[in-house]
Amino acid sequence: MRVVIAEDLALLRDGLIRLLQAHEFEVVAAVDNGPDLLAALTGQRPDVAVVDVRLPPTFTDEGLQAAIRARRAVPGLPILVLSQHVEQLYARELLSDDTGGVGYLLKDRVFDIGQFIDAVRRVAAGGTAMDPAVISQLLAKHGDAGPLAQLTPREREVLAEMAEGRSNSAIAGRLFITDKAVSKHINSIFTKLDLPPSNDDSRRVLAVLAYLNQ
Amino acid sequence: MARTDHRPANRFTLFVWSLLLVAHAAASVVLTVLSLVAASLSAIWVGLPLLLALTRLLRGHAQTHRRLLGHLLADGPVPDPGYRPLPDTRLRTQISVVLADPTARRDYIWLATNATLGLTLAALPLTLLAHAVQAVLYVWLWRWEDSWYALHPVAGQADAYVALVTATALFALFWLLTPPIMHAYALLNRRLLAPNENARLAARVEHLATSRAETIDAQASEVRRIERDLHDGAQARLVALGMSLGMAEEMLAADPDLARRMLTEARETTRQALTELRDLVRGIHPPVLVERGLEGAVRALAITQHLPITVDIDLPGRPADPVESAAYFAVAELLTNAAKHANADRAWVRINYGRGRMVVIVGDDGVGGLDPDSGTGLPGIRRRLSAFDGTMSCVSPAGGPTIVTMELPCALRAAPQAPPAG
Repeated sequence: MRVVIAEDLALLRDGLIRLLQAHEFEVVAAVDNGPDLLAALTGQRPDVAVVDVRLPPTFTDEGLQAAIRARRAVPGLPILVLSQHVEQLYARELLSDDTGGVGYLLKDRVFDIGQFIDAVRRVAAGGTAMDPAVISQLLAKHGDAGPLAQLTPREREVLAEMAEGRSNSAIAGRLFITDKAVSKHINSIFTKLDLPPSNDDSRRVLAVLAYLNQ
Repeated sequence: MARTDHRPANRFTLFVWSLLLVAHAAASVVLTVLSLVAASLSAIWVGLPLLLALTRLLRGHAQTHRRLLGHLLADGPVPDPGYRPLPDTRLRTQISVVLADPTARRDYIWLATNATLGLTLAALPLTLLAHAVQAVLYVWLWRWEDSWYALHPVAGQADAYVALVTATALFALFWLLTPPIMHAYALLNRRLLAPNENARLAARVEHLATSRAETIDAQASEVRRIERDLHDGAQARLVALGMSLGMAEEMLAADPDLARRMLTEARETTRQALTELRDLVRGIHPPVLVERGLEGAVRALAITQHLPITVDIDLPGRPADPVESAAYFAVAELLTNAAKHANADRAWVRINYGRGRMVVIVGDDGVGGLDPDSGTGLPGIRRRLSAFDGTMSCVSPAGGPTIVTMELPCALRAAPQAPPAG
C-alpha cells in the first residue's frame, strides 16, 4: 500500500516511516512542509496519507489545510490527520465533504501500534477513524437531553465505537459481544436517533458522525 | 477645513444643540453667582459648607457637559479629569481635599468662562436667527411697533421691505456662522474641561504602575503554576517511565512476561504524561489559537460548548498574540460562566474592530446577577485586559440577560487569515 507521510519533526517522521514500513506500507513520499505535502498528495495520489496538522512554513494548521484542499481536488483521497491536540472544529471540517476515507487522531494513538495500523488501513479502505477524545466530547456535548439520552449504556458504548469508525466485527471483538448483538444494538440506535438504516459500514458511520456534529 | 475633529452635523441639529447648550450655560450662570456668594461668605466661615456643596454640584455639572460635548466632537465625550473622591468624613477634611484639588480649580475656571464667553457663543446662532425672523416680521409689525432697536429705522412700509434685506443678511450669517461657532464652542470647552497634560500623564503613570505590578504578579504565579504542574506531572511521569524501561531491560532475559508488563506500563505512563502536557499547553496558549487565530479559536471553542452559541466575528486582520490570547481566555471564561452558573439556554459572542479598538461582547440569556468584582474569574479577566489598557463592563440584572463588553485598544496585522476550510 502506497503512503505519503507529512511530519516536520525528523524524529517522529523517521519513527512513522519505520513503523509503516514494518507493516508492509510503501512510503512513496515523506515531506516536512505544507506546499510539498499538497504536491505529493495530488501528484502521487497515494493509497493513504498520514499528515501532521501543524507544518511549516507558517506552523499553523498547514497540514490540515493541505489535506482539505487535496481532498477537494481528489474527492475521497484517504488522509489520516495526526495532531498533538484534537479540535471538534477540525473534525467537523474534515468530515464536511461527507466522503469517507478520513481519519483524525491524537499522536498518542501511535503508541498502540495494532490499533494505529488498523486505523490507517481503515482510512485507506474508505472508512473513518475518529479519535475517542473527539467522540467523547461530541457525546458529552449532546448531554442528558434529546434522543441520545434514550440509549442504554451498552448502546452508548456501541455508538462511541461505531463513531470512532470501527466495523461491526471490530466492535464485537472490543466489547466481547457477538456480531449479531452488535447489529441489534446498531439497529436500535438508528431507530432511537431517527437515522435512515444502511448496510454500508462507512455510510453508517458518516451518518452517525453527522448526527453527533449537529 | 483642515481640522476634522468636530462631528459633521447639519445646521438644524447644530441649532438644536446650541439651544440645549444655552440652557446648560444658563445653569453655569446660576452656579457662578452662587459660587461668588459662597466665596464672599467664606470670609466669615459659613460660606465654606456651601462652597463644598457647590463643588459637588459643579462636578456633576461639568461631567454632564463633558458628555454633551461628546455629541459635537468626533473623538467622543471629553475624558474625565480623574476627580479625587470626596471623603464623606469631617467637614474640615472635605474642605482641605477640595482646596488642594487642582481639578476643582479648573472646574471653576471653566464655570466662569462657560457662564460668560461660552454662553455668548452658544447663544449667537439663536440670536442671529431670532433677529432674522424679527426683521421678516417687520413687514407687518412696523405699523404697531416702530421703536425697533433696528439696524436702520423703520418708518414706513418701504423701510420695512428694506428690513427684509437685513433679514436675509442675518439669516446668511446664521447659516454661515453656526457650524464654526459651535465648533469653536466645543473646542473652547474641551480645552477647559479635558484633563491637562500633567494630570493626564500622572494618571497614566499611576495606571501603568498598577497594571504592571498586577501583570508581573499574575505572570509570576502563572510561571509558578506551570513549574509545579511540570514538576509533579510530566517530569515525575518521565522518571517513572525511565524506571519501567530500565526494569524491563533487566527482566527481559529472566522474566519476559514481567518485562512485557513493565513495557505496557511504560506506554501507559507516556500517554498520561502527554495528556498532562497537552492540558498544560492548552492553559498556557491554546494550539488552535496559533493555528487559526482568534476567530477560528473562538469558533472552535463555541462548538465544544453544551449550549448553542452564536459567533459573529468581523476582524479585518489579526491582533498581536498577547491580545488574542487575553481575548480568547476572557471569552472562554465567560462562556463557561454562562453554561455553569447562569443556567443559560443560549449565548453569543460578537467581536469587531473599529477606531483602533477591538470590541468583544459575550452575552447569555441566563439568570443574570453576575458580579464583576466577586470570585476570581472576572477580576482576573479585568486584570489581564488592563495590561493592554483594555476595559470590561458587565450588565447583568437579576433575571438576565448578562452582557459583558470588553474593549481592547490594539493594532491589527494586515496578514490575511488562513482561508477557512470546509
